[in-house]
Amino acid sequence: MNSLNTILVLATAYLGVFLESTFTGVRNLLGAQPDILPGLVAYASLTSGLGLGTLTAVAGGLWLDCLSANPPGISILPLFAVGLVIERYRGLILRDQAYAQFLTGLGASAAVPAFTLLLLLNASRNVLIGWDSLWQWLVMTLIGGALTPCWFLFFGWLLRTLSYEAMPDPTARSNREIKRGR
Amino acid sequence: MLKRPQYIAIVLVVLLALALLGQSERVTSRIRLAVGGLFLPLFGVANSAQALVDRGTASILPRAELLRQMDELQLENRRLRLQGIQWEEAARENARLREALLLPRQVPWRLRMARVVGRDPANWWKNVRINLGSRDGITNNMPVIAAEGLVGRVSETGYTHSSVVLLGDPACRVSVLVEETRDHGVIAPSDAGAVDNTIVDLKFLSRNSILKPGQRVVTSGLGNLFPKGIVVGQIADARSVQFGLYTEARVSLAARLNTLEEVWVIAQ
Repeated sequence: MNSLNTILVLATAYLGVFLESTFTGVRNLLGAQPDILPGLVAYASLTSGLGLGTLTAVAGGLWLDCLSANPPGISILPLFAVGLVIERYRGLILRDQAYAQFLTGLGASAAVPAFTLLLLLNASRNVLIGWDSLWQWLVMTLIGGALTPCWFLFFGWLLRTLSYEAMPDPTARSNREIKRGR
Repeated sequence: MLKRPQYIAIVLVVLLALALLGQSERVTSRIRLAVGGLFLPLFGVANSAQALVDRGTASILPRAELLRQMDELQLENRRLRLQGIQWEEAARENARLREALLLPRQVPWRLRMARVVGRDPANWWKNVRINLGSRDGITNNMPVIAAEGLVGRVSETGYTHSSVVLLGDPACRVSVLVEETRDHGVIAPSDAGAVDNTIVDLKFLSRNSILKPGQRVVTSGLGNLFPKGIVVGQIADARSVQFGLYTEARVSLAARLNTLEEVWVIAQ
């Protein structure tokens, strides 16, 4: 787990949750507030493995719940489950391809709200759902899916910008090594 | 087959989630306040940015426009003063009559203006966050209004910020009456769905209610949570339900919940 990548992903989750709460442009335009966390968890699980995926799910889920009327902790499980599944099949996903990133984000963004609602209904919470919730789900899924390749581009650029580039050492050429042996 | 670290992660996360979900309402509220406190710097920055934009806008407004607005406000001020004189007389008369009939005196509202600083990021709740908290004397269940009418009630209070549950949320049911016919009912979330913030349902009306579109709906004062007479909205349409046992109506809300910027908390 790269510490710079960890810090960047967690900072993005923190800012993203805050913006979800304060920026209502998309909600006013489309009637639904997109969620950035499933796409972020998908990115974290695909690039850094279970550690960062779990950390993003726990921190992001808790932050989201505490700015919302959700019971604190309810968003952690769906985000973690999605991260775990993606990490489990990480070897099979062509994570360098934009379409694979989009489809992974799409699946994650579709599964997380559905799973969260299921948990809320199981906890006998009186949530506001109707037929137009399907529209909200569709908007969340599509925007979450479309954002996932953007995370890869964004973090790729940030990591290139903020970290040192590994310089090849001209003195250590393999064909000039002294092989010791009998 | 899962690997060992994955099993460990599953156990830890499930235990954490269960520990959080199993807490009492009081502890949950404290956790929410503590974690929500992490966002206070960002809310502060957003507030300052908003103030900066407001000041910038004010500084570039042309003088002619400011003078026009001032004239309008002076006219409105005079009109309101005249109305005030008339209502003062009515209030004195009301107080005299209440005294004569041995009715309790009406307590005037103490209003605290608040700015809406955030909305619920989840799509299945209708909540907003305001920039007043317990340090400003805000407590749970205080009614919240806008200039047009009722908005909701305070659902959770932090030190500097509070959550307001809006009309149309399952957690905000309000006892109301139709001003013209005096029919009582309860405002509940609209069956139409979660997206439309302008319509709510008026339920539990008696089957003999004869409602017409445009009739005003106000709070009834029952339940002692909302003072009597706050405008909620207007009847949009009515229908008979449960094989004619009840009447239900759709109410078009007076307050525009999608575009709330400033609200007033009634500190009774």
